[in-house]
Amino acid sequence: MESFSLTWIDWAIMLIYFIFVLGIGWALKKYMRDASAFLEAGRSLPAWVTGLAFISANLGALEVIGMAASGAKYGMATVHFYWIGAIPAMIFLAIFMMPFYYGSKARSVPEYLKLRFDEKTRAFNAFSFAIMTIFSSGISMYALAILAKVLLPIHFEFGPFTEFDFYLLVSAVIVLVYTYLGGLSSAIYNEVLQFFLIVIGFLPLVILGLVHIGGWDGMVDKLALNPATTGFEHSWANISSSHPMGNVIGIIMGLGFVLSFGYWCTNFLVVQRAMAAGSMSAARKTPLIGAFPKMFIPFLVIIPGMIAMALLNSEDSLFSLPTKGTGLDYDMVIPMLLKRYLPTGVLGLGLTALMASFMSGMAGNVTAFNTVWTYDIYQSYLVPGKSDKHYLKVGQITTVVGVLVSILTAYVASLFNNVMDFLQLIFAFINAPLFAAFLLGMFTKRTTGHGAFYGLLSGTISAAFVHGLTVPAGATTLVKGGWLSVVHEFPSEMAQNFSIAMIAFGVALVVTLIISFATKRTKTDEELKGLVYQLTPKTIDDSKNWYERPNVLAVIVGVIAIILTILFW
Amino acid sequence: MGLDIKLPIGLMFAIFGVILSIFGLVTGNINLLSGLFMLAFGGFMLFAAWFTKKSKKKA
Repeated sequence: MESFSLTWIDWAIMLIYFIFVLGIGWALKKYMRDASAFLEAGRSLPAWVTGLAFISANLGALEVIGMAASGAKYGMATVHFYWIGAIPAMIFLAIFMMPFYYGSKARSVPEYLKLRFDEKTRAFNAFSFAIMTIFSSGISMYALAILAKVLLPIHFEFGPFTEFDFYLLVSAVIVLVYTYLGGLSSAIYNEVLQFFLIVIGFLPLVILGLVHIGGWDGMVDKLALNPATTGFEHSWANISSSHPMGNVIGIIMGLGFVLSFGYWCTNFLVVQRAMAAGSMSAARKTPLIGAFPKMFIPFLVIIPGMIAMALLNSEDSLFSLPTKGTGLDYDMVIPMLLKRYLPTGVLGLGLTALMASFMSGMAGNVTAFNTVWTYDIYQSYLVPGKSDKHYLKVGQITTVVGVLVSILTAYVASLFNNVMDFLQLIFAFINAPLFAAFLLGMFTKRTTGHGAFYGLLSGTISAAFVHGLTVPAGATTLVKGGWLSVVHEFPSEMAQNFSIAMIAFGVALVVTLIISFATKRTKTDEELKGLVYQLTPKTIDDSKNWYERPNVLAVIVGVIAIILTILFW
Repeated sequence: MGLDIKLPIGLMFAIFGVILSIFGLVTGNINLLSGLFMLAFGGFMLFAAWFTKKSKKKA
C-alpha cells in the first residue's frame, strides 16, 4: 500500500508531542531522590491522574488496532471486552482488592503474594511477570516500527539497516529517556497526556466517518447489505454457540469472570497505577475513575471497524483494506480510515495518537518490569540489604536494560512471528490460575502457600493440556492447539481461549483448596491482618462528599454499564 | 510529585489548537473545528492548573 502523504504541519505536531513527552520526564528528574519515588511514584499521585493512567496503560496497540479489527470482524459484540470483560472486574478490584494491595504496603503484586503466601509463590509470579512484560514491550515496539514503515513516507537503506530499524530505535530512545529520567511518575503523567491525545486524535475520525455514512442508521443500513455483517449493531442478540466469540456461558464465565478478573485484578501493569495513588481512598477510586472512560472507548475504537465494513459494503471508491493471506488485513482498519477521512493537519494528530498508544503500552511494561525486577528479584534474591540509593541506581539501570531487551525481543518477533504467539499463549495459561490463587488467598485465611503454588502450577499445566487437545476452526499451526490430539473443535480461537481459561481456573481452585486443607497453615492470624478479608478491619473512606465514595462511584459505573448493554443489546 | 500535569497537557493542546486553527483558516473545515476544540480544551486545562495553584497558595 501507498504511504501517507504528510506535510510540514503533520511532522510539526509529531515533533511537538515528542518534545512534551521528553519535557515531562525532564521536569520530574529532580524529584527522583529515592527508589520509592522512582519505582512507586512516591505513592503521592491524585486519583484522577492514576485513574486515567490505569486506562491509558491498557490503551496500547492491541486495544486501538486490535479492537478496531475486532469491530470490523464481529461488530458491537466486541464490546463484551469492555462492558462485561472489564467493568465488573474494575469494580471488584476497587471495592474488594485495593484495600489489601494498598493497605498491606506491598510494593508490587508479587510482594503481596509473598506476604500472603510464601517465597515460591512470589517467585513464580515475579519471574513469569518480568518475562511477560519485557516481551509485551518488545511486541509493542515491533508493531509500531512495522506500522510506521508502512504509513510514513520515509524510506531508506543504509547498509543492513532500513527505516524499520530507524523507527524501532526512535521509539525505544524516546520511551527510554522519559522513563529513565522520571521513573514511574513520568510514565503515569505521560499516560494521562497520551489518553487525552488518543481521545482527541481519533474523535474527528469517528465523527467524520459517521456523518459521511449517514449516522448510526446509515451505518446499520450499509452493514445490512452483506449477510456477513448484518446485525453488527447488536452486542448480545446474535450470540450463539456458532458465534466466533463463543456462547453466552463462555463470554460471561470465560471472558467476563476468569480472564477479565485475572487481568484487571492481578496484573501488576495496571494495579501499579492504583498503588501509586496518594491515599487509600484515591487508590480505591483509581479503577472506578478509569471505568468511566473505559465504558466509552468502544465508540472510539470499535465503531471505526464497523464504519470500515459499511464502506466496503457500499463499495466506497476511496476506501479499501489491504489483503493478508486469503482474507482482509483488519489490523489496517484505523490507518486506512485515517487516510480516507483526515486531511493533512488532523492527519498528523491522528498518526501521533496512534504512536502515543504504542508508546504508552511500551512505557507501562518497562516501568512494571523495573519495579518487579528491582524489588522482587534483585533485592529479594540477588543482592538484599543494600542502601536505598543502591536500589534507585539499580532501578535506573534496569530501565536501560529493559528497553535494550525489548529491542532484542522486537527483532525476535520480526524473525519468528510464531514464537511470539507461542510465548503469549504460555502467559495466557498463567493468568487464569493466578486469579484463583488471589481469590482464595484474599477471602479465606485457610489457603496456604503450598496450596496456592501447586494450584498455580496445576492450573497452568491443565490449560496447556486442554490447548493440546482442542483446535479453533481453520487452525493451520500447532501454536493454535491440537498438538496432543484433537478431541474438540471450537468455532474460533477466542471461544477456545475462553474455555481454556474456565478449565484452568476451575482446576487451580480445586487443587488449591485440596492442598490447603491437606497442609498446615504457616501464617498466623496476626500475620494475615490486612491481607485477608475476614481478618482486616473495614476500610473507612475519608471522601468529603458522599458522591466521591468508592461504593457510590461503583454503583454509578455499574448502572451506566448496564444501560449501555441494554441500549446495544 | 511536584509537577501539575494539567499545565503541560493544557500547553500542548493550546499549541496544537493555535497551529491547526491558523492552518485551517488558511487552507474550504475539520482542521479549523478541531483546532478550536483543542484550543478550548487546552485553555480549560491551563485554567484548571492556575486554579489549583491559587487554591494551594490560599491553603
